[in-house]
Amino acid sequence: MEKFTKHTGVGVPLRQSNVDTDQIIPAVYLKRITRTGFEDALFSAWRKDPSFILNQEPYSAGSVLVAGPDFGTGSSREHAVWALKDYGFKAVLSSRFADIFRGNSGKQGLLAAQVAQDDIELIWKELENAPGTEVTVDLESKTVVCGNIVAPFEIDDYTRWRLLEGLDDIGLTLQHEADITAYEVTRPSFKPKTLPARVS
Amino acid sequence: MAKTLAEKVWDAHVVRKGDGDGASAQPDLLFIDLHLVHEVTSPQAFEGLRLAGRKLRRPDLTIATEDHNTPTLDIDKPIADLTSRTQIQTLRNNCAEFGVRLHSLGDAEQGIVHVVGPQLGLTQPGMTVVCGDSHTSTHGAFGALAMGIGTSEVEHVMATQTLSLKPFKTMAINVEGTLRPGVTAKDIILAVIAKIGTGGGQGYVLEYRGSAIRALSMDARMTICNMSIEAGARAGMVAPDETTYEYMKGRPHAPEGAEWDAAVEYWNTLKTDDDAVFDAQVDLDADTLEPFVTWGTNPGQGVSLSEAVPSPEDFGDENAKAAAERALQYMGLEAGTPMKDIRVDTVFLGSCTNSRIEDLRAAADIIRGREKDPQIRMLVVPGSARVRLEAEAEGLDRVFKDFGAEWRFAGCSMCLGMNPDQLEPGERCASTSNRNFEGRQGKGGRTHLVSPVVAAATAVRGTLSSPSDLEPAPEPAAIRTDAA
Ligand code: SF4
Repeated sequence: MEKFTKHTGVGVPLRQSNVDTDQIIPAVYLKRITRTGFEDALFSAWRKDPSFILNQEPYSAGSVLVAGPDFGTGSSREHAVWALKDYGFKAVLSSRFADIFRGNSGKQGLLAAQVAQDDIELIWKELENAPGTEVTVDLESKTVVCGNIVAPFEIDDYTRWRLLEGLDDIGLTLQHEADITAYEVTRPSFKPKTLPARVS
Repeated sequence: MAKTLAEKVWDAHVVRKGDGDGASAQPDLLFIDLHLVHEVTSPQAFEGLRLAGRKLRRPDLTIATEDHNTPTLDIDKPIADLTSRTQIQTLRNNCAEFGVRLHSLGDAEQGIVHVVGPQLGLTQPGMTVVCGDSHTSTHGAFGALAMGIGTSEVEHVMATQTLSLKPFKTMAINVEGTLRPGVTAKDIILAVIAKIGTGGGQGYVLEYRGSAIRALSMDARMTICNMSIEAGARAGMVAPDETTYEYMKGRPHAPEGAEWDAAVEYWNTLKTDDDAVFDAQVDLDADTLEPFVTWGTNPGQGVSLSEAVPSPEDFGDENAKAAAERALQYMGLEAGTPMKDIRVDTVFLGSCTNSRIEDLRAAADIIRGREKDPQIRMLVVPGSARVRLEAEAEGLDRVFKDFGAEWRFAGCSMCLGMNPDQLEPGERCASTSNRNFEGRQGKGGRTHLVSPVVAAATAVRGTLSSPSDLEPAPEPAAIRTDAA
């Protein structure tokens, strides 16, 4: 995973709450078996509407999405994060994220920064009044800067550390393989196994 | 120290306590007892294993099925949609390569992943269960800690049989009282979500408690836990009891003999201690609950079926107001319209929320001997091939077919727009599934979430209806009404 310390890019104000993962990427795109190439799928239903924010200059080149509360609710599809990343987003700002989306983001190096709704409103205004304004997201200091607005954001310490270090989860866990093996030995024998298969 | 059910299950699975503090503090590493796999969220995970030269650590704790993009008609023919076919084929290849047990289309154990696990007896109390699917919360009905995970985590579980998990908070959902006839588990959970909102459960594991929950069957408890995710929760749970054991007994993977006794002894310890403290509590009165239905485009936008479509003005907070406005527009609804006046085009009985045998029985009991509204298209999609067989053995398929419904093969079907069963733009559906998001059931489709009995009554009357709105059924149907 790439290290994430600080990013500056055009901010995109998405004035909507409850942006669920079906909106971020509709189910039909989930049939792909690759891990990249989902940029066309991002918000695909909304992008058919010429007035949608990503169809407008200079927002189309945005890399920091500033969304309403409850972003990423619904399905656990990690494709939502891939689509945002493939499109070019490096960070999403919202006052509340769905848990699974937040977890998926952290794993893929997309920064999900939790910003107070009051600050989101200010940033929205700024980005709408001066389209193309850049937003800086600084993971070191956990702050967002947009024009004159400087706002703190929250992210859990562990995700932040992993993002800063660019660490891969599986590698980290496999350092503790002996612990896993030790646990496996103690697993009660009444607990089920899928193999050999038994059927009704 | 007194613990909640969720905390007990968590503690029993800690492989390694999180350590370090401050920035590099690692969360606890938990062992995963059961990993369920399906075609949509697994290809990239298998690919990741291959690229890293890693093995699947525990094929014997992993099981796969095909459900999301499988057709529910002509299942003996090759899948027409090429990308779907490729995805299914990829799952088959991956399972063969990594030694994963797979129940393919046509197999008697194939079906929606969350119906298959419990039905095989693989979902048991006190387990940790994960799947690359948010409705994994379903399995919490057994007192398991069951969570939906993303594809990176799927790969992590495949490689290590563990997950690093952030600590959660606990919320008690107390449902006391007795449900009235025609009111079901689905109405309980829709009412809970309307009450706490789609973000209300965020960061929490919900434990459903109280006399109304204890009185529910396992199928009904699964309906409730299934939709915990719609309240934003990490998971939902019900403490195991005699109802749970009764359901488990004799299932293919349930323990037997002395193992069964040892298991029950352990399972009996899986309840929240009397003096344990929840981080939050919500109370719901079962006595006064009515059939519930959604009017909007998220599962929190629901009302009692006897009420009217709300007005955006009813919402205090600006975001909720804007969301309501947008939802009404998408749904093509006027504020103030009685919910029962809303005419639907399609009725969908299926999905991991409501496709188990009891759901089919309950719906069949309503329609038996009645006629379907001629304009309505009704799809009945059993959750698994096994449920389909069971229903056919009881003659339920005949009841549905005589009524004029389509009797389909098992799968996710119209729950999501990924297989041939989809709504047309503008088409309105009373659906027993779990999500009414824009386009969820097909582009432009309009979804009202309902219980199986409301779905059935709606198919009879053509407008959203509860069973109590129906004229008394003609003669033969009276047989089961007293049992309902
Ligand atoms: S039935 Fe619907 S909610 Fe359940 S697993 Fe399938 S697509 Fe997901």
